Amino acid sequence: MAKYLLLKHYRGAPAAVNDVPMDQWTPEEVSAHMRYMQDFAARLEGTGEFVDGQALSPEGTFVRYDGEGRPPVTDGPFAETKDLIAGWMVIDVDTYERAVELAGELSAAPGAGGKPIHEWLEVRPFLGDAPTITE
Amino acid sequence: MDEALLRALTPTVIGILVRRGADFAAAEDAVQDALVEAVRVWPEDPPRDPQGWLVTAAWRKFLDAVRADASRRHREARVEGEPAPGPGEATDDTLQLYFLCAHPSLTPASAVALTLRAVGGLTTRQIARAYLVPEATMAQRISRAKRTVSGVRFDQPGDVATVLRVLYLVFNEGYSGDVDLAGEAIRLTRELAARIDHEEVAGLLALMLLHHARRAARTGPDGRLVPLAEQDRGRWDTRLIAEGVDVLQAALARDRLGEFQAQAAIAALHADARTVEETDWVQIVEWYDELVRLTDSPVARLNRAVAVGEADGPRAGLAALAGLDPDLPRHTAVAAYLHERDGDPVTAARLYAEAARSAPSLPERDHLTRQAARLNARLRR
Repeated sequence: MAKYLLLKHYRGAPAAVNDVPMDQWTPEEVSAHMRYMQDFAARLEGTGEFVDGQALSPEGTFVRYDGEGRPPVTDGPFAETKDLIAGWMVIDVDTYERAVELAGELSAAPGAGGKPIHEWLEVRPFLGDAPTITE
Repeated sequence: MDEALLRALTPTVIGILVRRGADFAAAEDAVQDALVEAVRVWPEDPPRDPQGWLVTAAWRKFLDAVRADASRRHREARVEGEPAPGPGEATDDTLQLYFLCAHPSLTPASAVALTLRAVGGLTTRQIARAYLVPEATMAQRISRAKRTVSGVRFDQPGDVATVLRVLYLVFNEGYSGDVDLAGEAIRLTRELAARIDHEEVAGLLALMLLHHARRAARTGPDGRLVPLAEQDRGRWDTRLIAEGVDVLQAALARDRLGEFQAQAAIAALHADARTVEETDWVQIVEWYDELVRLTDSPVARLNRAVAVGEADGPRAGLAALAGLDPDLPRHTAVAAYLHERDGDPVTAARLYAEAARSAPSLPERDHLTRQAARLNARLRR
């Protein structure tokens, strides 16, 4: 089994095919989208592949150390040019192919007009804790 | 296996161990170990006297720990062998536990965890699941909390206000994992109300009952938020409402108003209305005035603006909103609602979308997005 992070972006990914902001959809289309996402997560729990899913607020701050005895420096909110993560799903699957397959399904979530959004999702393999035994 | 019984007995058994000479931290550990053993043993071999069984098992575990300690550090154990069984439960033992677990020296998160474990009888694993943190993290949180209160005398008068804040925090966590925290908070507040005659304890119990009564109506079948005005009032639990109103009236009769009684009064006025049109908004505004006077809380002022908008019209609501900090959580959502009521769907749709972007939770974000979508769809037609 290997864990993958499926990353969803507010900003920074290539534009989706069906790229309409959600507040411009009809309420029924919003509901259909939510249902699709819930069903997807529930199905992955059923297959034993779901680990975690979280959504993030679009508001955030950069913070860095500013030397002994000084408060940290903050910089924010994020500039318009910065990648902005919207949320993630962590899956635990047998193969990279399965991870890609699932990301493809997630990207097919319906949007405006009830048609798939074709959103670009990022698939990132976890670096595991256990070293590979080579000898 | 009666888990509810185990939970209910937990604070009593801790209290008995403390009165026999154990310190709180050690007693709490020993009882937790005894609970784990009870879960293992009772299904096969249920005890005739569950409390006696727990006391004996916990006391044995406590002695084992003391002996291990003593052999390690040459400390004279304060206790030797089996003492005669202590007297039965003194009710104020449990009350003291409430005060200790919600001691003002604890952070809210620590107080919540310790209260759920020592007073609520939940296991560390259950609490960890309910708060979505790893079990090891929760175990650390609990043991640090116990170290923090280790110097607190068990017979000191406690701080009721802090206990109420902690119980309300638990209640608002709602339902996650396999433990119904809202139900658990009500149980613990009931127990507290039975032990201490305090109008704000009653006020909090009433508030919880009245909120809890609407739980089934508050979310749709797909998990979406259903706002108060759109709730199916037939799904409100009339038994809980009646109890909440009774508890509240008894508290208000003492004429010592506090913030929980005021909030419960507002909840009761909503519960009283068979339809949203029957809501007595004028009286609700008056209670918000009381709440603002008592707490000076910006959140209370924000909610008051909504009530003013219903009582005196959206313009009045917007005027009440104008003086408040726009960075308040839900400020934009309230503004959106009032602008829609004021017949300005364009502004309302823009504000709903903006409010969705800064919503503090997913259900709220989804709800606000739907509101924007609803208005925008209407504007396109």
